[in-house]
Amino acid sequence: MTTTAIAVQGLRKSYGSKTVLDDVDLTVKAGTVTALLGPNGAGKTTTVHILSTLVRADAGTLTVAGCDVSRDPDGVRAAIGLTGQFSAVDGLLTGEENLLLMARLRHLGAKRSKSRVAELLEQFDLVEAARKPLATYSGGMRRRLDLAMTLVQAPSVIFLDEPTTGLDPRSRHTVWDIVRGLVSEGTTVLLTTQHLEEADQLADHIAVLDGGRIVADGTPDELKSLVPGGHIRLRFADAAALDTAARLLKQSARDGSARDDAGLVLTVPSAGGVGALRAVLDRLDAAHLEVDDLSIHTPDLDDVFFALTGTKESSGRADSKGT
Amino acid sequence: MTTITAPRPTVQGSRHRSYVVTDAITMLRRNLLHMIRYPGLSVFTIVGPVVILLMFVFVFGGTLGAGLPGVDSAGGRAAYLAYVMPGILAITIAGTAGGTATTVSMDMTEGITARFRTMAISRAAVLAGHVLGNTIQAIIAVALVLGVGVLIGFRPTATPIEWLATFGLIALIAFAITWIAVGMGMQAKSVETASNLPLLLVLLPFLGSGFVPTESMPAGLQWFAEYQPFTPIVETLRGLLLGTPLGWNAVLAVGWCVVITVIGYAWSMIIYERKSVRS
Repeated sequence: MTTTAIAVQGLRKSYGSKTVLDDVDLTVKAGTVTALLGPNGAGKTTTVHILSTLVRADAGTLTVAGCDVSRDPDGVRAAIGLTGQFSAVDGLLTGEENLLLMARLRHLGAKRSKSRVAELLEQFDLVEAARKPLATYSGGMRRRLDLAMTLVQAPSVIFLDEPTTGLDPRSRHTVWDIVRGLVSEGTTVLLTTQHLEEADQLADHIAVLDGGRIVADGTPDELKSLVPGGHIRLRFADAAALDTAARLLKQSARDGSARDDAGLVLTVPSAGGVGALRAVLDRLDAAHLEVDDLSIHTPDLDDVFFALTGTKESSGRADSKGT
Repeated sequence: MTTITAPRPTVQGSRHRSYVVTDAITMLRRNLLHMIRYPGLSVFTIVGPVVILLMFVFVFGGTLGAGLPGVDSAGGRAAYLAYVMPGILAITIAGTAGGTATTVSMDMTEGITARFRTMAISRAAVLAGHVLGNTIQAIIAVALVLGVGVLIGFRPTATPIEWLATFGLIALIAFAITWIAVGMGMQAKSVETASNLPLLLVLLPFLGSGFVPTESMPAGLQWFAEYQPFTPIVETLRGLLLGTPLGWNAVLAVGWCVVITVIGYAWSMIIYERKSVRS
């Protein structure tokens, strides 16, 4: 399966004087998941809206499922499904009625509609709530219904715009499982997310979007290899110990080491592995320094993200991560 | 792509066939379901005009009726009931616009309109669902309000053909007003604004020949009253129901309805294209 499901070349979009997308190129192979990763305002949603025919591009050649987005929008619409960050459901109907509405609009026919709706209610764990008004649905249920509505007539290309934003961990995993199931059936997925874990979990391919440009593009492993990022984080009991340790480890520290006086934390770069860790600990041991707390940080997409998008907070990163 | 469990769209098949009518019916079903599920809005569109009717007839009617040309002071209230009924029917239709604008605006904020736009559905079908649904609702509301009028003594003199013409005109007015209301609902930034904007439409029959003859108004207002759409509409309803002279009013009324429909339709379609994505 090497055909191209989504092909974007030289996509540009600006609102007034503000450039939202600046010469974006993107290729998504059929049957794969591509994550569009980027901070708020990077242009992820705009990209998805343009590809799903909601917004017109200023320039660029765009093909989705073999149809030109500007010349044959109806062809694109027949082949795609979109689940946005705001749930696109009819709040005055029940879950079942929402799905039936979609089935009718996809012209499945009365009998096929009924069986497909029953199937989806089962698959998305909405059987019990099927006849209840949406007002009684939780955020996770609404999102599942939203996704089910997108899948009434299994589209060949699905756009998921931040599909797990605002969901609790359990609902997030349910959505992930659904996405994996779709891909195993041959659906192409373009997913936008701010969560690196989500991209890492689901995507075959990641494109990092920042300020309207693709700043990196590759498999999760390829992206991780772009940034060294591994380090050991040491916390000491008092400032004197931190001071001694900092002096002691300085010779071996290349660029990347950092100290946080307020938190009594020293960050030492490390290629990873037990040997490197042991070397650091042996040095501290020789100087009779007590380490209160130790954590090892291996390079992950967070490092890639912060390095590429330049929004790293100098101390926040070390504190929010680590195992 | 070996295991396909759900029907895949066949691009060739769905592209060349038009589903405008099927889709419009689907959307109409959705709107009617809303009305049945949440009758509050519909009830309000009937209660409002009935309250105004009762107030105008029983509180102001005696005095206002006595001031009508050629009416003696004893028969004032009954004469006024006959005079005001077409105006009440006009505000009933205008009043349903609020409901349309509200539901359209709710659709926009729910994001469901954006979903419809990413599907291969005719643009017109989505809005036609609202328009047809509301037209039906307006006709039902007018029938009920007219029923209340008959209960308190309104006696139309219309022949069967005039009744048919009345029905047709009411459907046409409702259709026209609803297209404007759809535009208002889409234009509005919030659901609250959307529900308030159409109140202007309810005011119009008051500033025409709906409640008092335009000759009794000051010059500037009289000029406005004579040239605004609701005056020929009310005069035509009056002519059909009570046999007053029609003159050019019927032609003007139908003309206004067509103009309003075209403007409302064009306005709605433009905003539909532009605004159904939340920025």
